[in-house]
Amino acid sequence: MAMQFYASPEQVQRDRSEYARKGIARGRSAVVLSYEGGILLVAENITTLRKISEIYDRIAFAAVGRYNEFESLRRAGVRMADTIGLTYDRRDVTGRALANAYTQTLGAIFSETQKPYEVEICIAQVGATPEQDELYRIMYDGSALDEPGFMAMGGQAEAIANVLKERHDVNADLNTALALAAEALGSVGGENGQTRTLGAKQLEVAVLDRRRVGRTFRRLADTTLTTLLGHEEVADADLGETDAAPPAPADAKPTESAASQDTE
Amino acid sequence: MATGFDPSGRLPDIFLNTGTSSFTQFLSVAHPELLPGRRPLPPGLNGGDIAPHGTTIVAIATAEGVVMAGDRRATMGNLIASRDIKKVHPADAYSLIGIAGTAGIGIELIRLFQVELEHYEKTEGAMLSLDGKANRLAAMVRGNLGAAMQGLAVVPLFAGFDLAPAEGVHAGRIFSFDVAGGLYEETGYEAIGSGSLFAKSALKKKYRVGVSTEDAIRLAVEALYDAADDDTATGGPDLTRKIFPVVMTATANGTHRLSDADITTVAEQVVTGRMENPGG
Repeated sequence: MAMQFYASPEQVQRDRSEYARKGIARGRSAVVLSYEGGILLVAENITTLRKISEIYDRIAFAAVGRYNEFESLRRAGVRMADTIGLTYDRRDVTGRALANAYTQTLGAIFSETQKPYEVEICIAQVGATPEQDELYRIMYDGSALDEPGFMAMGGQAEAIANVLKERHDVNADLNTALALAAEALGSVGGENGQTRTLGAKQLEVAVLDRRRVGRTFRRLADTTLTTLLGHEEVADADLGETDAAPPAPADAKPTESAASQDTE
Repeated sequence: MATGFDPSGRLPDIFLNTGTSSFTQFLSVAHPELLPGRRPLPPGLNGGDIAPHGTTIVAIATAEGVVMAGDRRATMGNLIASRDIKKVHPADAYSLIGIAGTAGIGIELIRLFQVELEHYEKTEGAMLSLDGKANRLAAMVRGNLGAAMQGLAVVPLFAGFDLAPAEGVHAGRIFSFDVAGGLYEETGYEAIGSGSLFAKSALKKKYRVGVSTEDAIRLAVEALYDAADDDTATGGPDLTRKIFPVVMTATANGTHRLSDADITTVAEQVVTGRMENPGG
């Protein structure tokens, strides 16, 4: 007969915490920071599966940890934001409401289910000035931190945050902010404690552009990112794209339904 | 449904469900009351005269993309319900939507369609193809069929710049719909609404393939003038109140609404032209 062993609530919580922390520590890190022109989100990411995404006009999402778990949280956030925006008004969608929903959700999952989510997420909302930016960091157990200015997530968040803490300046331009973020991410994970230099291929970068109206989220990739990492300026108008590329018909996909094609 | 009222305060399961990337499909489960086609109407009643109606919209394919223009009038029976309603809107960064029919449902349809496209874009990280957008809109019109049969019909006109057109297809494309959700791709130009007969007749004589955007804007305003000339439900340029048609373009540079100054210039030219030759 199976025996039920007693485990104290403290022990259960500790075990779950440890499990989640270990899971998160295995992945690569991400940083989010305010700069003069907006909020910069940088994740170390060599895959095409995204860690950073747009939630709403002035709100972005960044996450580290287990992909399937934060992806479902991200979808939930987009759904929640769009539902609020449709029922009330676009201006009524706030980062704080989203952060609240996430803390409740992660908190409930942590305490009610066997396996906690192994994720850490950031909700960033860009304001008119760097002082009005809001950064929320939500942990695997639902605890939330309001971290104005900058934040780092992931396995070695503390070491990365220490690099940011010394040099972060909200009035820095995009080049400087990006260089700092790349350096901070590269300050950990090297062999024998050495620093690494991260290039455009190893980084996923996006900004919430303070000066834009409407949707402010822009991805920086390919040539734009390489140029910026080379400390060269990029004109505001050329700053990245929304996720705007539709599927190309060149992939030999029919553009009409099969029923309309002549079947031979 | 207890959606949103989970005692733990966490997001309801339907939010965390992988589901689809379609916002309307999500709403149909989470908040069905927010979908226009889901409201029961009292049987046998014809609601056609109790709500304002929007009227004429024209769209023209140009060398650079498409132009869409709509007059500013909404009518309720013999009354003018609004002089300055806006019936042409951007659907997303590269496409435009205009509506004719019951204004309230039309505006709601536009809002929902805008969210639908943006939602897909954010969830999938890629934009829908232009055909995909048109098919989605057709499904949404189809959802309103019940209300349409009780007099609350709405028909959109959809046009956009195709970022990835199939071989031999022009990038500026126009799609029209019927109340049953039928989807028809149009070549060159199309008009919908009560004044569409007259607007289309005007365009038939003046439209040329590969017309420039600038000329197409003039053509569109002329066509709306002709519609207003013969259809009481379509409003012409209002020089006293400075109310002119809403004109939007969709090109490789995205959507753009003509500024008040620009449309005033075009509308005044058209009116001046008609002073000399009322038939245009």
